[in-house]
Amino acid sequence: MSSESERARNAAAMLHPELLADHDDAATTRGGRRLDHAEGSSKPLRPPPEKQPRGAKIHGSRPVDQAEAAERFLAAPQHEKMHDERLWDLRQKRDREMHGMPEWEELRSLASAIKEHTLTRLDEYLEQFEANAQKNGVHVHWARDAAEHNAIVHAILKDHGAKSLIKSKSMLTEECGFRHYMASVGIEVIETDLGERIQQLDNEDPSHVVVPAVHKLRTDVAEVFAKTIGTDPDNSDVHYLAEAQRRSNRPLILAADAGMTGCNFAVAETGSVVVCTNEGNADLSANVPKLHIASIGIEKIIPRLEHLAVFVRLLSRSALGSPITQYTSHFRGPRKGGEMHIVLVDNGRSERLGMAEFWTSLKCIRCGACMNTCPVYRRSGGLSYGATYSGPIGLIIDPTFNARKYSNLPFASTLNGSCSNVCPVKINIHEQIYAWRRELVKLHEVPFAKKAAMKAAGELLSRPAAYRAAITATNAALAHLPRFVIYSRLDAWGKHREVPHPPKQTFHSWYQANRGGKR
Amino acid sequence: MRIGLFIPCFIDAFFPEVGIATLELLERFGHEVVYPRDQTCCGQPMANSGFNADCAATEALFVRNFSGFDYVVGPSGSCVHHVRDNFDAIEQTDEVREVRARTYELVEFLHDIEKAEAFPWARFPHRIGLHNSCGTLRRLKHATPSELHEPFFSKPMDLLSKVAGIEFVTPARPDECCGFGGTFSVFEEAVSTKMGYDKVTDHARAGAEYIVSADSSCLMHQQGCAERIGVPIKFIHIAQILNGAAA
Repeated sequence: MSSESERARNAAAMLHPELLADHDDAATTRGGRRLDHAEGSSKPLRPPPEKQPRGAKIHGSRPVDQAEAAERFLAAPQHEKMHDERLWDLRQKRDREMHGMPEWEELRSLASAIKEHTLTRLDEYLEQFEANAQKNGVHVHWARDAAEHNAIVHAILKDHGAKSLIKSKSMLTEECGFRHYMASVGIEVIETDLGERIQQLDNEDPSHVVVPAVHKLRTDVAEVFAKTIGTDPDNSDVHYLAEAQRRSNRPLILAADAGMTGCNFAVAETGSVVVCTNEGNADLSANVPKLHIASIGIEKIIPRLEHLAVFVRLLSRSALGSPITQYTSHFRGPRKGGEMHIVLVDNGRSERLGMAEFWTSLKCIRCGACMNTCPVYRRSGGLSYGATYSGPIGLIIDPTFNARKYSNLPFASTLNGSCSNVCPVKINIHEQIYAWRRELVKLHEVPFAKKAAMKAAGELLSRPAAYRAAITATNAALAHLPRFVIYSRLDAWGKHREVPHPPKQTFHSWYQANRGGKR
Repeated sequence: MRIGLFIPCFIDAFFPEVGIATLELLERFGHEVVYPRDQTCCGQPMANSGFNADCAATEALFVRNFSGFDYVVGPSGSCVHHVRDNFDAIEQTDEVREVRARTYELVEFLHDIEKAEAFPWARFPHRIGLHNSCGTLRRLKHATPSELHEPFFSKPMDLLSKVAGIEFVTPARPDECCGFGGTFSVFEEAVSTKMGYDKVTDHARAGAEYIVSADSSCLMHQQGCAERIGVPIKFIHIAQILNGAAA
């Protein structure tokens, strides 16, 4: 066998079976035809699928233990391997797109500069946007926080007697706990993005800003759909599942009283709302019902339409490694006989804008590239963060919502810096993670044991004689040295890896013995 | 030149051979190399955990030890990164700024300052996988990281390619972090070790006999991971190869 074909075979063997679903022998007849539903269900019995690991345990405002949830994710190796490989694949596709564009780094600088310019004149551009949207016949509302946003949307729906709402994916509405709120006031919300719908049916938050169900195997989806929309629990063929979901969701879409979208870019000079999707579901949400509500975080503003081109070229390339999303929809005003509302939401953004070290996190365009490249995220799953925003961008945004609850998150990073390099708007993510650690220590949001250990380490390391005495003998080095690395979990180093082999002497004692005369 | 030899704490304690190789290598190039005996640490462990105030005294000690040299050279990317880029717990006097600016990691010193042309004493007839630690790759900019669309360069590869016998192998994810991350290695030990397993497996699959790095901390972590899961691969610091280690 040639080494070429051997490599190809090895590559296929290394790939997780989930990623080879199309080539699944059990889902294909000998004639090469894909099995339909009935035939698919008669395939031979397999061992029961691995259970999906669930996310972080939430206890009110107590610090989320990301490490604990990550450990459970790693204990599900099929999930972890698929998740890591799937997202690494997106990162590689992103790299290929980047290499196809000589002006890539220039575009990133431009995108960053446009965002920084806009954020430093946000009040002006917001008012310009509002005025232009109103000229287009759109009703514009302002919401200080999540509660105001939810109340405003509820009031609009109530005015129209709406009982059901279809919506496209929006991280802002996740931030606002919108689905839960709507459930509490008796309005049915139907997600139209496939991944988001899976998550809704499973009563679970999205685990990624772009691919919300990326942590699920198709067997997990089969289980969710079997329970909620009545599919065959033993059939996890992706085509079958996608079709079944479509058939169950389409009638709900057609019958909905109102539609809601998020917004990727709000253009100040035109007052228009731009939404990028791959499923066309924002268009369904905005166009099928007569009432369209767009929820927009105030940082989504860009000054002019020409700026949009810069972001559209970067967004999908960074997110999924595709040149552009399937749909880039511009909504400028209500359809004939319809009504369009825009809710501009602050929810902590103004406060963040005033934070000297962290305001540039508002440049984020929610592409998820930092998640795809993050080696920690890929191995712990988005739900391990227990927050609306997971991965590197989450580490620097979440603490602005609740410093105590998310006090562990900035420590869930090796500070490797890959996130900052893939960021299409050049947010210095890893430097902000580092800055958040300092900030949390200042706010006293770190465990006492860690604090005591760091203080002791600082004292020992600043006194050469005491330090030398502590590590004179090599055995003692092994006993003492880890102490300023390991502050509370004394056995953590050796749990899954070997401890370093102690040498016969330290460098210091070698130097004394061999170069002792020299000073 | 008069060089202050900066031997980070864990190299002193666990990898004396890396310190010795660094010392001898700098001497081979004819420098006067001085090892200040009162040195301990640069303060990075506390600083990376957010406890900046707790490293003030350690940083002050570092400056006392290393003031007045033409250069300060250490064989550890992350420690040098701390000194150069984050060392701000103490007042930034002229003396402090001077020490910070003159502190170099060994590879960049040999490449940028020494402009080393040859290592005639060195021979390393082995297949090696180069591990660019994140500190050297993305902070000290030893090489082009794969995320950026910039012309390729690699200072450690430039140096190693001047050593007879070396064959480079390329892992599938050449600059993925190995998971050490300082206190991350114990704070998130499960993720940290999984990253380490994946790293050493990737190098082994590419056919590397040795993983070579300018950071002993990454190597210490990777070695612990390789030994635990039985990946037969060896580890060596770049200073040892450049100084003529026979393997």
